[in-house]
Amino acid sequence: MRHEVRLSGFGGQGIILSAVILGRAAVMYDSKYAVQTQVYGPEARGGASMSQVIIDDNPILFPKVTDPKIYVIMSQEGFEKYGANAPKDAIMLIDTTLVHSRPECPCIEIPATREAKQALGKDIVANIVMLGALVATTHVVSEVALEKAILDSVPKGTGTLNQKAMKLGVELAEGASGK
Amino acid sequence: MSFDEWYRQDRLPHIYCAGCGNGTIINCTLAAVDQMGWKKEETVFVSGIGCSSRAPGYIVTDSLHTTHGRAIAFATGVKMANPDLNVVVFTGDGDLAAIGGNHFIHGCRRNIDLTVVCMNNQIYGMTGGQGSPTTPMGCTSSTTPYGCTEIPFDLCELAIAAGANYVSRWTSYHVKELEKAVKVGLETKGFSFIEAMVQCPTAFGRRNKFKQVADHVEYLRAHSILKAKVDRMTGAGETVPEGLFVVGELAKRNRPYLGAKMVAKTEAKPGEKS
Amino acid sequence: MTRTEFWQGNTACAEGALAAGCNFFGGYPITPSTEVAEHMASELPKRNGVFIQMEDEIASMASIIGASWTGARAMTATSGPGFSLMMENIGFAAMTETPCVVVNVQRGGPSTGQPTMAAQGDMLQARFGSHGDYSIIALCPATVQEMYEMTVKAFNLADTYRVPVFLMADEVVGHMREKIIIPDAVERVPRRELARGTLPFHTGGDLAPGFPQFGRGYSVHVTGLTHDERGYPAATNPKLHAALVQRLVDKIELARDTIADYDIINPDAEDLFIAYGAPVRTVQQVMHDRPKEKIGFLRLRTVWPFPEKALSLFKNAKRVLVPEMNLGQMAREFERHTKVSVISIPKLGGELHTPDELVAVLEAR
Repeated sequence: MRHEVRLSGFGGQGIILSAVILGRAAVMYDSKYAVQTQVYGPEARGGASMSQVIIDDNPILFPKVTDPKIYVIMSQEGFEKYGANAPKDAIMLIDTTLVHSRPECPCIEIPATREAKQALGKDIVANIVMLGALVATTHVVSEVALEKAILDSVPKGTGTLNQKAMKLGVELAEGASGK
Repeated sequence: MSFDEWYRQDRLPHIYCAGCGNGTIINCTLAAVDQMGWKKEETVFVSGIGCSSRAPGYIVTDSLHTTHGRAIAFATGVKMANPDLNVVVFTGDGDLAAIGGNHFIHGCRRNIDLTVVCMNNQIYGMTGGQGSPTTPMGCTSSTTPYGCTEIPFDLCELAIAAGANYVSRWTSYHVKELEKAVKVGLETKGFSFIEAMVQCPTAFGRRNKFKQVADHVEYLRAHSILKAKVDRMTGAGETVPEGLFVVGELAKRNRPYLGAKMVAKTEAKPGEKS
Repeated sequence: MTRTEFWQGNTACAEGALAAGCNFFGGYPITPSTEVAEHMASELPKRNGVFIQMEDEIASMASIIGASWTGARAMTATSGPGFSLMMENIGFAAMTETPCVVVNVQRGGPSTGQPTMAAQGDMLQARFGSHGDYSIIALCPATVQEMYEMTVKAFNLADTYRVPVFLMADEVVGHMREKIIIPDAVERVPRRELARGTLPFHTGGDLAPGFPQFGRGYSVHVTGLTHDERGYPAATNPKLHAALVQRLVDKIELARDTIADYDIINPDAEDLFIAYGAPVRTVQQVMHDRPKEKIGFLRLRTVWPFPEKALSLFKNAKRVLVPEMNLGQMAREFERHTKVSVISIPKLGGELHTPDELVAVLEAR
């Protein structure tokens, strides 16, 4: 089964890293195939950042995402540019701290940035909160694989914080109501 | 051993015109190389394009006669890949300062352990006498038929400003001084730049009122002013006459350099992932 | 034990180079190839190798040629504008038979064009970009796995034939991350040293002379001028020039069957795709999605010299469909080698052909 995931937010939130972690989890720890791609703009910070991941049980031939059905949106500009046209049969996880609009498709509301700051004291891990929520909701990769891939990818000394962030995301998703 | 043992005998005769100053500069350089006691198989000559750049072809070591202006970039690859090789670059004013100007300043900036000998004849000799970045104002060339209207480069000042460890200038008249300067350049770690003002009777002298080769060499001698004299005059508040070129050792310093002979590079720097 | 990684194509390229024994990288940063340089900057010093960031791509190309003459396995990586700047010294490498590897992660051109978008617009430049007649080898990877494997192969071909070898990647393959399996060891074909007592540019029957490495007492003179077997300039000798240039071309063109690397699928099909680089992936998707149709596929890994024999194996071919991220550069070459109608499927703009776009052409009979 081919899953196409699109992640978007603003530059500096760790959108690209989230996508890399997701692909890495699939390939390294779930024995699946994955392709991660991203949009490169001239801005290093700010702007709308977007990255996409394909996850499949079989080798991935066409490597570009054409019809994403899973969205992770973490900024208003990201929503407008990369989320607003999501089809009705898609599912979208939204960081409600930063995104005010809502899509036509079912949407899971995760106050990731607020909760990261309040519960963990660091809003920088909001992207990992969203990943936890994504995996709890869609099971595109296993939670075990995600956790390992997170620990591989985050800076030394921040492993525990990021593990907590992922768990927080899982819990928020389990408590969230689909709209 | 003497300098003539460094020549590739089966390549002679050479292409240089009668009266050309380049042979003098090559002799001085090879004499200095010979005094270093270097082995031929450990020495590499690199050059670009032009009369001066034909020199490596006459020398019996490994040599690389490259594209126009790029000799220092090629030499950087040779030296960095095998720092145990002694690398000497022959170049000219057009090759070094026009098309190769960027490589020149970056060679100086990196202070890579090369010795660069520039035969400055103030003209493009091989292609028939076009103006170069060192053609003096007012001088005639085939592309400055009404006299050169651009200000020439001072190559030594450029090398000093860009960071070379050793810089000196002499002329084809100052044979002993030049040989000694090249030797100091070879001994000095880092980028050494030796500029040798040379006569080009065919392309420059003929157009610029030097009827005899000796007239041009005498001009070079007479228009040289020793660095020490300039310093003395400046110190005494006297005005140094214009139109002269300063000769002597213009810079000798010990800045950090690139291309040191085999050192351990294996230790990871702090903070590096292992 | 092999190991699995989730790597970017450019990382895989750099790792492939290291596995092949690359010990010199001279380069200049340029999107979308920069990650290759960054990875080499990080890894080469740990392995006693040399990384140097040169002042421009002209100098980068010069530095790897200089390094190669000392025996180094030398590489640079660039993209369109840098590739253009390298052209003169690429000709020098061809003329002086200097083994070296040039990676071009292609982006949209001409000029500054689309720095972050994919293209395959430098395919003819790779073959013909420097002045004069000469021949080179160009490989095109379509996967991250191939970025690794073909970089290794590029070094081996460069040393075997004493020629610049181009890894003509594109932004799609260079920037995407995917699964890659790293082998324990890779094949390394060593550079054949010149036999003592032999003239440095004297060739035996195989057309490529042995290599007289600097620092080993060969006293070799290397020049970009037309030269005789001693390496001495002989620029006004018409016969010698003709023979030298003919040999530089022949040593590659006559070895095209050996250098060839391609896959053939459904050789009896009437519709035939030919693709290289990222569009290979689109063709594979189309074939996967239409399992009942017999679609022929010539999938090229070696693009230059073009393995023309492979094309003649498709005996029933009625149409040759060529998707390229350019205006039909290789389609023109394929046309020379077949009487069948060659239909170019060009795509500009920086994006890979979608399966639907190929299907539309397939169905438009």
